[in-house]
Amino acid sequence: MSQLDDLKSAIKDRLGELECVIGWEQGYDALHATPLFIRTEADLDRLVIGPLAVHNLATYLTAYKGKKIGVVVKGCDSRSVIELVNENLVNRDDIVVFGLCCDGVVSQPKIRAALPADPGFVESVTIGTDELKITVAGQTVTLKKSDVLADKCRVCQHPNAIIADVLIGTKQNPAGANSLACQEEFEAKSDAEKLAFWQETMSRCIRCYACRNACPMCVCRDYCIATSRDPLWLSQDNSPAENMMFQMVHVSHLAGRCTECGECERACPVDIPLMLLRRYMNKQVKDVFEHQAGTALDQTPPLFTFKVEEERIHERGW
Amino acid sequence: MPAQDIRELRIVGFLCNWCSYGGADTAGVGRFTQPTDLRIIRVPCSGRIDPLFIVRSLLNGADGVLVSGCHPRDCHYAEGNFYARRRLELLKRFLPVTGIDARRFEYTWVSASEGQRWQHVVTEFTHRIHELGPAPSFNPMSEVDWNALALQAAQGQGCPCHG
Ligand code: SF4
Ligand code: SF4
Ligand code: SF4
Repeated sequence: MSQLDDLKSAIKDRLGELECVIGWEQGYDALHATPLFIRTEADLDRLVIGPLAVHNLATYLTAYKGKKIGVVVKGCDSRSVIELVNENLVNRDDIVVFGLCCDGVVSQPKIRAALPADPGFVESVTIGTDELKITVAGQTVTLKKSDVLADKCRVCQHPNAIIADVLIGTKQNPAGANSLACQEEFEAKSDAEKLAFWQETMSRCIRCYACRNACPMCVCRDYCIATSRDPLWLSQDNSPAENMMFQMVHVSHLAGRCTECGECERACPVDIPLMLLRRYMNKQVKDVFEHQAGTALDQTPPLFTFKVEEERIHERGW
Repeated sequence: MPAQDIRELRIVGFLCNWCSYGGADTAGVGRFTQPTDLRIIRVPCSGRIDPLFIVRSLLNGADGVLVSGCHPRDCHYAEGNFYARRRLELLKRFLPVTGIDARRFEYTWVSASEGQRWQHVVTEFTHRIHELGPAPSFNPMSEVDWNALALQAAQGQGCPCHG
């Protein structure tokens, strides 16, 4: 049986006891998937998995707190489930995790860049082991999967769901590389160059908060300080500094909690490379606290606790 | 170089009520000469300082931000500065990726009796900020914007935002 058939039968077995199971289905065209909320066996026919199933469905879990629910997760998404459980934001016993062994998802911006023109409506996509055949207006373009793979998949250390009630598929190996060239290049720039980069980039931000809404660990919803009038942390001024301030709010509230799923950057309608900030913060968290959010149950986020003697913090002498 | 000879920069200090604010007071009572660029904001505890206070200050145009609390193990509330140390250390390490010079932010510990140490910290930090000069703004106005503004002002129109 294929991985999809295995998944369908595993879901069928548990569906009766669950409010719903969250998976993916085809979206508005063949190139896009969209979340699917499976309530009946008939819904199962629409389920899809594979490189187009990009969404981290763990983002929906807190909305169902107190109900029994199932969720399909890739390796990276499973880290968000773990982190939510560790922070007591969801109850482990209420969630049935259908874990996948994953061999990577695509980056839509990379596909757009690789296609000769804006594809508009895509009629069909055939997914092979190493390639995607995309048909638009009767014309077929073949793209190498490795060329359009999402950045996070190039350095994925947890392709198989870490937490799973049912694990489906053949186990995949972690990526050999664990650092991205684009990240290293950016970090090597001077302060002035980085400042100029963010000034330009943040001037594109339309403060839609999609990055926040897509984030599985952003759970404050209507209480987010970005939209509070009292205290007024952010003005409505859409300047680079205010937009950057919002990113600083997000990054600092995610410090030690970010599972590096990349949803913030994926959701951004103006393609701001937000992961440059997240990956950098996560690296600091790893260096100082030897912590990677969502990689094991029963971890405490480093900023929720302290040590009297910090091995890796050396206050500067004056 | 006496501080009054040079143009003042905007340095914001967040000081805990129990130790560092007391230390600054001790320095004042002891009549230790100090540069006057620092604008002190007194907070109950270094644990009250959200790292976003510092970011907000820097993005709003502060040229430097200094945080000072009680020495570890001396916190009036027992553990506020332990949490603060973790948060402030992460912020300090994070700043470089934003293009904000991390030397513009520093955190340290000064107790209420350490007037001299306070004098030393303020003097050193102020000198550092003066060496770095005014911070570049995150919202740069281009030459064209400035010219348009100057023209408006010359015509007696005031700035565009307030008519
Ligand atoms: S990061 Fe890993 S688990 Fe997540 S989509 Fe990519 S390959 Fe799959
Ligand atoms: S900040 Fe971005 S990468 Fe981190 S958990 Fe949230 S959406 Fe995922
Ligand atoms: S998703 Fe992009 S445009 Fe929207 S608020 Fe976030 S950074 Fe700004």
